[in-house]
Amino acid sequence: MTADGRTIGGVVMEMKNITLRFGGVVAIKDISFDIREGEIRAIIGPNGAGKSSMLNVISGFYNPQEGEVWYRGGLRPPMKPYEVARQGIARTFQNIALFEGMTVLDNVMTGRLTQMKSGMLSQAIWKGKAEREEVENRELAEKVIDFLEIQSIRKTPVARLPYGLKKRVELARALVSQPSLLLLDEPMAGMNVEEKEDMSRFILSVNDEFGTTIALIEHDMGVVMDLSDRVVVMDYGKKIGDGTPDEVRGNQAVIDAYLGVAHD
Amino acid sequence: MTADMAQTPAMASIPALLARNAATFGAAPAYREKEFGIWQSWSWAEAQDEIRALAKGLIAKGAGPGDFVAIIGRNRPYLYWAMVAVQMTGAVPVPLYQDAVAEEMAYVLDHCGAKIVIAGDQEQVDKVLEIQDRLPNMAEMVYLDTRGMRKYDHTHLTSYADVQAEGRSADDAELDRRIAALGYDDTCVMLYTSGTTGKPKGVVLSNRNIIETARNSAEFDRLVQSDSVLAYLPMAWVGDFIFSIGQAYWTGFCVCCPEAQHTLVHDLREIGPTYYFAPPRVFETQLTNVMIRMEDASPVKQRMFRYFMDHARKVGPRLLDGESVGGMDRLKYRLGELCVYGPLKNTLGFSKVRVGYTAGEAIGPEIFDFYRSLGINLKQLYGQTEASVFITQQPDNAVSPDTVGVPSPGVEIRISDDGEVFYRSPGVFVEYYKNAESTAGTKDAEGWVATGDAGFIEEATGQLRIIDRAKDVGKMASGALFAPKYVENKLKFFPNILEAVVFGNGRDQCTAFINIDLTAVGNWAERNNIAYASYQELAGHPQVLETIRGHVEEVNASVAEDEMLSGCQVHRFVVLHKELDADDGEMTRTRKVRRRIVEEKFSDLITALYDGSDDVSTVTEVTYEDGRKGSISATLKVVDAAVQDTGARAVAAE
Repeated sequence: MTADGRTIGGVVMEMKNITLRFGGVVAIKDISFDIREGEIRAIIGPNGAGKSSMLNVISGFYNPQEGEVWYRGGLRPPMKPYEVARQGIARTFQNIALFEGMTVLDNVMTGRLTQMKSGMLSQAIWKGKAEREEVENRELAEKVIDFLEIQSIRKTPVARLPYGLKKRVELARALVSQPSLLLLDEPMAGMNVEEKEDMSRFILSVNDEFGTTIALIEHDMGVVMDLSDRVVVMDYGKKIGDGTPDEVRGNQAVIDAYLGVAHD
Repeated sequence: MTADMAQTPAMASIPALLARNAATFGAAPAYREKEFGIWQSWSWAEAQDEIRALAKGLIAKGAGPGDFVAIIGRNRPYLYWAMVAVQMTGAVPVPLYQDAVAEEMAYVLDHCGAKIVIAGDQEQVDKVLEIQDRLPNMAEMVYLDTRGMRKYDHTHLTSYADVQAEGRSADDAELDRRIAALGYDDTCVMLYTSGTTGKPKGVVLSNRNIIETARNSAEFDRLVQSDSVLAYLPMAWVGDFIFSIGQAYWTGFCVCCPEAQHTLVHDLREIGPTYYFAPPRVFETQLTNVMIRMEDASPVKQRMFRYFMDHARKVGPRLLDGESVGGMDRLKYRLGELCVYGPLKNTLGFSKVRVGYTAGEAIGPEIFDFYRSLGINLKQLYGQTEASVFITQQPDNAVSPDTVGVPSPGVEIRISDDGEVFYRSPGVFVEYYKNAESTAGTKDAEGWVATGDAGFIEEATGQLRIIDRAKDVGKMASGALFAPKYVENKLKFFPNILEAVVFGNGRDQCTAFINIDLTAVGNWAERNNIAYASYQELAGHPQVLETIRGHVEEVNASVAEDEMLSGCQVHRFVVLHKELDADDGEMTRTRKVRRRIVEEKFSDLITALYDGSDDVSTVTEVTYEDGRKGSISATLKVVDAAVQDTGARAVAAE
């Protein structure tokens, strides 16, 4: 139990001695950490520390050369991203990846694609299963739209939206797949204070209302320390700290990584 | 008639009207609300079922005769049901302004001693919890939207659905007994006035007040069961209570609630109400938006728009009033309807409007004529909380932008010797709650109520014309009449000016504060490649000041033409660095300027207006929506405006 009454359960995902290389460049070097059910887990670190690479390993976008990914008690074999998505892991991207010409609603509906089971033929003639599925999915999409308060832009093409709202639409698309683990890659980059406050509120209520486990990368220290239950700190591909926000704040290696070390 | 009504128990209260509606047209839609992207609807029979379940649940929670139940939230069917359910229990509903900060709520909740609070969502619950140690009478809280509420201590906190669930299993007998006991002179609702001066006052309105006013006004405009209205104005405002409950229950028409505040425009278009009310500001904003978007349209469309709008201005209002118009003009208007007016009305959501009203402030003649020329039956009314809204209203075919209409059915009007308007009607309020002194000061023994407005009956039309708040009308040092509102309204008719406050009582010349309209001025800046980082910077831009000076001088010229008020020309003004805001106490929640507070708060600016200085530095405290405070500092330019020399003109004329 946390101070605010949420329950944090056992380990859902465990990264064991992950090493990821791109040719001669070592992006992640022998990192291990875990994510527990129901918590908000932050990954922080200076630019180029390997945070996004780490998230890409979790989401199956990269397969590490060394190390193991354990998910829900089992060792996860190398997988394609869509296979990972089917396991209940959804994500948003650092540089927004939405379909710009489509409306907000259509974009959100694409988040249901992995769950659709009706065949191409029945979708084309719009009968039986396809129709039922569409109705169910639309209902879910509308609930998420309501939850994230984006009703007024439901029918607006994404290209016309300001940056902060696009981020929210991305979150909506991730949420509509009803993930058990949600990965957020810099959800607040480039936002003003008000937008950050809104986004923080949404992240907290997603975690609170749906019990979704969240792993996020974020640069804004204030936000990270306020939101997360535990923080992993990375620098040059290595883990230099891991613990509650308070523990991390007092960690000398972390302070050095962020503020630099005096050379005298 | 009145006596007949009192003896008809079936019509003696809102719950009684509900029962009649459910029996007479049970399957007809009573409420609609857009949720999850779809318009959900409830018939009168379904609404009755929901309301009764809630009422029984509230009885179990302890609501009963003599209690007050506060209702706080945005317009939703559930909260309208809550009002009627509270009435059923014998208690009195007290709707509150949902955007009020906790401090303001504390006063009202404490004053009425609310026993139960029904809150729309977590935000409202939080506000009440923040002040609950100052509310000894409050026993229970009910919330509607369950989001974020899971972790709260639920000892005295219940969800709306749970209250209803409890009610559904309860016995009907007690509820029916309480409904039958509701009398015509029992309290129907208590509404707090926004209070341009001092603390809000609780206006007690009886079933008689509401039902008779609703009946009279519905008959006046021939409102019928098939009408529909969009409920989007604050539930704590008397107008919304009359339209969305009084008239809706009397005639049985459908009340539609928008999905969220920011979807209003879409929802209005989808619903296409037949009966519509909006304060002048809404019509102004809509017109400004239309004009801005027309400037972005292709040249062909722009020419077509101008051509047909010119024609509409010429014949539209006459057609609407049923006057004779030449065959050629009529044909051209019909073509315009096809090409311009029809699509435009559809975009604005006014395609089906049969009766439209505006009130609360003066509306600019151009704005008023624009809507009427499109064929929208927009009229003015004049009313007050104390009158259950209606004092005067304009009949169809007798509409003008400067007057506010003839006395509503059943209303008597009298103008006192010093020009103040008095009225007497079946809608006149019972009393101010726990404030006998104010009641006596406003309503005399014969039932005449002082409006606090100065006005006169126009001889040509027999319609009432309002000049200003009686206490705002003053004398200048020279003895000339000072009527600030008159000048402010003229200023506000310019799209660039959002708000104006004119000073000059007891002084030798008039000066003004001006708020720019960010939409209009911002659009102009964009068009002219003028970069600005903030409201403050735009408001202080030299070209903006120059434009505003042009507007002020135009107003001066028009004010000078009125012999009585020519002293009210604005000699100097400042464009304020912030918008006057209700959160800072500068305006009421219904957006009326609190003159005295503005005067005190910006006294340094007023000094600068009168001591001849060119600029003035000032620091202003601002309150954010969540109640936190901050401050902004600015250096404002004091601008001189040319005035017409009326004395010289009079001599020249001789």
